[in-house]
Amino acid sequence: MILVQQLVLGLLVGGLYGLAAAGLSLVFGVLKVLNVAHGELIMLGGYGAFWLWVLLGFDPLLALPLVVAGALAFGVLLYWGLFAFVVRAHEETRIKNSLLIGFGLALATHALAVRLWTADERSITTTYAGAVLSLGPIAIPLVRLASLVLAFALIGALHLLLQRWRWGRAIRATAEDWEAAALTGIDVRRAYLLAFAIGTGLAGAAGTLVSVGYSISPSIGLEWTLKALIVVVLAGLGSMLGTFVGGLVLGLAEAASAFAFGGPYREVVGLVIFLAVLVARPRGLFAR
Amino acid sequence: MLEVEAVEAAYGPFLALSGVTLRVGPGEIVALLGPNGAGKTTLIRCVTGLLVPRAGRIRFGGAEIVGLLPHAIVERGLAVVPEGRRLFGGMTVEENLDLGAFTPHARAGLGRGRERIYEIFPILRERRRQLAGTLSGGQQQMVAIGRALMAAPRLLILDEPSLGLAPRIVETILGVIGEINRGGVSILLVEQNVQAALGLAHRAYILEAGRVAGEGSGPALLQDPHVRRAYLGPLASLPGSRPPLP
Repeated sequence: MILVQQLVLGLLVGGLYGLAAAGLSLVFGVLKVLNVAHGELIMLGGYGAFWLWVLLGFDPLLALPLVVAGALAFGVLLYWGLFAFVVRAHEETRIKNSLLIGFGLALATHALAVRLWTADERSITTTYAGAVLSLGPIAIPLVRLASLVLAFALIGALHLLLQRWRWGRAIRATAEDWEAAALTGIDVRRAYLLAFAIGTGLAGAAGTLVSVGYSISPSIGLEWTLKALIVVVLAGLGSMLGTFVGGLVLGLAEAASAFAFGGPYREVVGLVIFLAVLVARPRGLFAR
Repeated sequence: MLEVEAVEAAYGPFLALSGVTLRVGPGEIVALLGPNGAGKTTLIRCVTGLLVPRAGRIRFGGAEIVGLLPHAIVERGLAVVPEGRRLFGGMTVEENLDLGAFTPHARAGLGRGRERIYEIFPILRERRRQLAGTLSGGQQQMVAIGRALMAAPRLLILDEPSLGLAPRIVETILGVIGEINRGGVSILLVEQNVQAALGLAHRAYILEAGRVAGEGSGPALLQDPHVRRAYLGPLASLPGSRPPLP
């Protein structure tokens, strides 16, 4: 029963891994840029929701669209300020340039967050925070269940956006072959900007959900970047739904290994998966 | 329509084009011939905005287009069928075609344009829900041409459209190119298949080692020693190498 309980919790956090990874995957797949500050963007999103709740009394459900909107705008600024220079470079040299910029951004954001908000752990504790859905001996925290559902809904919306929206298709075309996309009349730089902004918006959404069901502090960024990276490697690029499933798989695997080997091994299993996938299926489990 | 004047282009220290001048008039089919490495694709990259030439001028419809981004050049009515087709393999035939009409200018005629492509290539209507990457080479070339036509171009550039295709398909493709031209679209055709290209083109240019080595009408060029050299390729005349293809 403890195992089942653990697996349920693993599945719930896995939804957030999927959401965190979706943004990173979109940016990486389209811009060929690895934004290692993605976790810091999640952290900022979490603080956004936290302060909206503390200062203005906004319920996290209400804060979510506001944080996403703010994150989209912040993503536009970040792109113009930092990443627009990187994508002018050849695709092969983009990764290393983006790593430098990403690490710089991550360190600066972390330091700024400590300075502004201290290193304390915080979380949004609403009146319904403790509500639990009991299925026999299994307890499902309602807030985390809602987070999973919301994460899935966001991924689904993103999937539809990429399939149906004119610019969604342009983003997919740019991801596949940016030169061919440019030659069909797509403004590739705008596709980059949109993909980066959407990726940042997803980070904002993930941060909001993290601050409700879990906790935030200035130092959570690296951990979330790592989880997202593991999921991206696990699921491969190109499918947002696959990325979400990859997140669930990581959540379950962590829970199972924590149960089998003890709590500290929760973090180890992700890295083992990371290595195993890179060795056996470098394009990802779900890549076609 | 298209005027290329003294264009120089380089990849790093390697000079790929050293002063190329050519023009494509309204309603013309112009062939661009030459051996591998002569700079044909580099020239196309310059004209389409993927590569900024080091020197020279490129005018389209009377206006300078050097420095414009590729999508802005497409918007002005210059579409290209790139070498190797470059389809979006993970998308359906119809999605590929629709992306061809991405510019505001072309989007107005999207439905009509798509219908026209399906009339030219009926097989694409049957395959419209199929992923472009799973089509045969000939069908992929049809999608690539269709996608370029969706942009409602005034000038269509085709870079090696017959490469790797069966002779029967090549015939179809060349026939369609003639048909497109009769519909009022100027054509710049880059081809390895010299006989076919000269049979179709009103005029042709020979590009060799980054410069124009010959220019003229089809039959005249077929007799030209430069053409024969370009046609056979520089290696074909060396002892011990493969005999020229018929």
